[in-house]
Amino acid sequence: MAKGIKDKVAILGMGCAKFGERWDCDADQLMLEAFEEAIADAGIEVPQLDAAWLGVGFDAQNVGPSGIPAAIALRLPDIGVTKVENYCASGTESLRGAVYAVASGAADIALAIGVEKLKDTGYGGLPTRTRGTRWDMIGVTGSAPGNFAQLASAYRSKHGVDKDELKRAMAHVSVKSHDNGSKNPKAHLRNVIDIDKALNAPMIAEPLGLYDCCGVSDGAACAIVTTPEIAKSLGKTDIVAIKAMQIVSSSGWELQGNEWDGSYFHTTRIAAKKAYEEAGVTKPSEQISLTEVHDCFSITELVTMEDLFISEEGQAWNDVLNGKFDADGQVPCQIDGGLKCFGHPIGASGLRMVYENYLQLLGRAGERQRKEPPSLCLSHNLGGMPSQNVSSISIIGPLA
Amino acid sequence: MKQKTGLLSYGIYVPRRRLQRSSIYDSNKWFAPGLRGLAKGEKAITGWDEDPITMAVEAGRHCIQGIDRSIVHSLSLASTTLPFADRSNSGVVKEAMNLNDELSVSDRSGSLRCGTTALMDALQKEQTQLCLAADRRKARAASIQEMNYGDASTAFLVGSDSDGDVIANYLGGHSTSIDFVDHFRSSDVDFDYAWEPRFLRDEGYLKILGSTITGALSKLDIDASDIAHAVIATPARGVPQKLAALSGIATEAVADTLIANIGDTGASHPLLMLATTLQNAQPGEKILLASFGQGADVMVFETTQHLSKLNQQQANLATVAIKDDNYPRYLFHRGLIDIEKGMRAELDEKQPGTSLARDRKTVLGLIGGKCSETGEVQYPKTELVFNGESRTAGTQEDYPFADRSAKVLSFTADSLTYSPDPPSYYGMIDFVGGGRMVVEFADIENDEVDVGSDMRMVFRIKSFDELRGFRKYFWKATPVNTKTTSTAQETS
Repeated sequence: MAKGIKDKVAILGMGCAKFGERWDCDADQLMLEAFEEAIADAGIEVPQLDAAWLGVGFDAQNVGPSGIPAAIALRLPDIGVTKVENYCASGTESLRGAVYAVASGAADIALAIGVEKLKDTGYGGLPTRTRGTRWDMIGVTGSAPGNFAQLASAYRSKHGVDKDELKRAMAHVSVKSHDNGSKNPKAHLRNVIDIDKALNAPMIAEPLGLYDCCGVSDGAACAIVTTPEIAKSLGKTDIVAIKAMQIVSSSGWELQGNEWDGSYFHTTRIAAKKAYEEAGVTKPSEQISLTEVHDCFSITELVTMEDLFISEEGQAWNDVLNGKFDADGQVPCQIDGGLKCFGHPIGASGLRMVYENYLQLLGRAGERQRKEPPSLCLSHNLGGMPSQNVSSISIIGPLA
Repeated sequence: MKQKTGLLSYGIYVPRRRLQRSSIYDSNKWFAPGLRGLAKGEKAITGWDEDPITMAVEAGRHCIQGIDRSIVHSLSLASTTLPFADRSNSGVVKEAMNLNDELSVSDRSGSLRCGTTALMDALQKEQTQLCLAADRRKARAASIQEMNYGDASTAFLVGSDSDGDVIANYLGGHSTSIDFVDHFRSSDVDFDYAWEPRFLRDEGYLKILGSTITGALSKLDIDASDIAHAVIATPARGVPQKLAALSGIATEAVADTLIANIGDTGASHPLLMLATTLQNAQPGEKILLASFGQGADVMVFETTQHLSKLNQQQANLATVAIKDDNYPRYLFHRGLIDIEKGMRAELDEKQPGTSLARDRKTVLGLIGGKCSETGEVQYPKTELVFNGESRTAGTQEDYPFADRSAKVLSFTADSLTYSPDPPSYYGMIDFVGGGRMVVEFADIENDEVDVGSDMRMVFRIKSFDELRGFRKYFWKATPVNTKTTSTAQETS
């Protein structure tokens, strides 16, 4: 394996806009809101930025092509701004661009910013979109919940889990995230729900009810990264470093062969193994303090716990019901409220997750702060659908 | 010496849903109380994703199951409701059935008897022809036609002893052509305009069809009393019996008009009645087929000893009917009411002609690939095999999936995505023999699908491009019905 990214790049500052139905804001304003927090946190001036990456998921309701909209909105003079799109991993992809630029020495200080204006769509849920001329002739034009709901049928069939029991575990996932989100002033949904409300909600895509689905919102988040040496020279003491960044894309094995059984994410398992190796993690359930995973739907979070090797295969539903991932559990998951309560402005999500992990590592998470100091914090994104997707995993922790 | 020409096989497709006529009447009785007399029984109706092309494919597949497709030299599709005015409708059927490119295809239309005329033409040729007929007619709400019209398709494979076992020999036929307008439908309108049924009965059926039947019997020198089955496709109560009596055919020989449980299925109807009659016929029986439409076609067949074997085979594929009393859904699927579909329905469905041309076999024929180096099969075909085991490009040979059975691996019922018939069922299926796909499911009723369910593929409309008047076709998976019934006896 390559040498990897561990401890080569430090996070200098981060920012996150208030997520929600931001009827008042354009993407420009959301980006600026996140950026100003980050630049103040970093303690640098804008001209010190050498390069920037902009992550966005949808074009039609967003900033339009290229990185220019970020350069204009943030007035980033005379630097290259690269727009990246990689489904729901777009935010993490923008961070990867900035991190790799710094690690290579091509940039001293780089910016990653992600934004999405989903509430300009006119309806709830993600916009329907094409997947290219060939796919559009032979693919299913389903919704995101419909694509991910299939996990539940395959999971319960494979592991012999009773349908109602799995539904209860899925409900627990959402109840837990709403509890956490209620403590987060930047979350979109801050209401507490109970298990009955989750279980009895209207059906969206069998077996996912309304509360099994994440919110839909506008938002932006950003990170400014540099080398540990520069961070130190700027007076930073508690330095948070990148420990691993892995992205794995499906190559068609799941969708076209007959080996994959539909109950898990092949890409996440590969990305997790690579990320753990890169970060030097050998016992994930003991060494990972916190996870922010891609809980677009409750069932996604549930199976991801197995794909990250934090739950034994076939046991995540049990671990969920036993509170292992609650805020006071062994490995809290979505301690900030997750996609469930932040919603999922595609380009922003990956960076929003890293933002929470960053705050937790620095002890700046307020009411949500984990008492025992976290060591390694993992964030994870999934884009596409279970049968064909991109999965990203980032691990951050205190600089060694 | 010319070999004996006749029918080699038949195929039937009657959609599963049976709209209860009482549901039509109950909604419309405030306006049209006179429909009460027709408010009995049920009629077969297609889903939103079916049209004469997809229906014909289904009947055609039923017809040629187990038969070497290379014996088919030509294909005709008869219908008064063909979706395309300028794109060979029969050509689409040919693609979906994976028939040879070196095939002659023809669309037949213009009259309710276009199906029998095409059949008669085929019987007079020496080549093997697949004759398909299908109709999906629109009728205004609260009309007599709405009560009567049903949807179905029929297929006959016409050929000689050299192509297979002839199940019914063609003894000959007789036609008349008279511009008798009891009803009409212009090319640019959706609905029929019809004179009172008594005019059609007295001046059309009894006179024109009556004289064509007697003319045929006389021309072929066949004694009317030798006719064991009189398939007289006149969907008017008592008329077939009256015509039989007029021409000397025993009234017991008159075939069921299928109106009670299927409805009048337009251009397909005479052929549907013939096929269902064959299902119940014995070897060595003479069958008279009579159809009407600006004149008449009359043909006479004699069944052979090969009929019973085919009947056994064809009965195994019949579908189980399902009672349906959702009249508003029927109206919506026919385009008769405008429902608020929501913004999700606004997706631009433009189909590039270029990509359809490139992927014609992948899309319309459900042809995947089999790697000549690794033996792996996959859908769709790609330059490099899916698992990367071979780095050689272009190793994949055509591998058809349409007739392979499959099992559900995962699925959902999606209430969020736009579907004209929500929820939209779809999921991943594994084909027996390898290969898989994520695909929409068709005709799911009452949660009858689960992980492990047996599925078969059906050719359907994928979506409509309403902006440009195009419709996209693709394949969907539908549950295999384990119960079997004879289509003619389906009462749901």
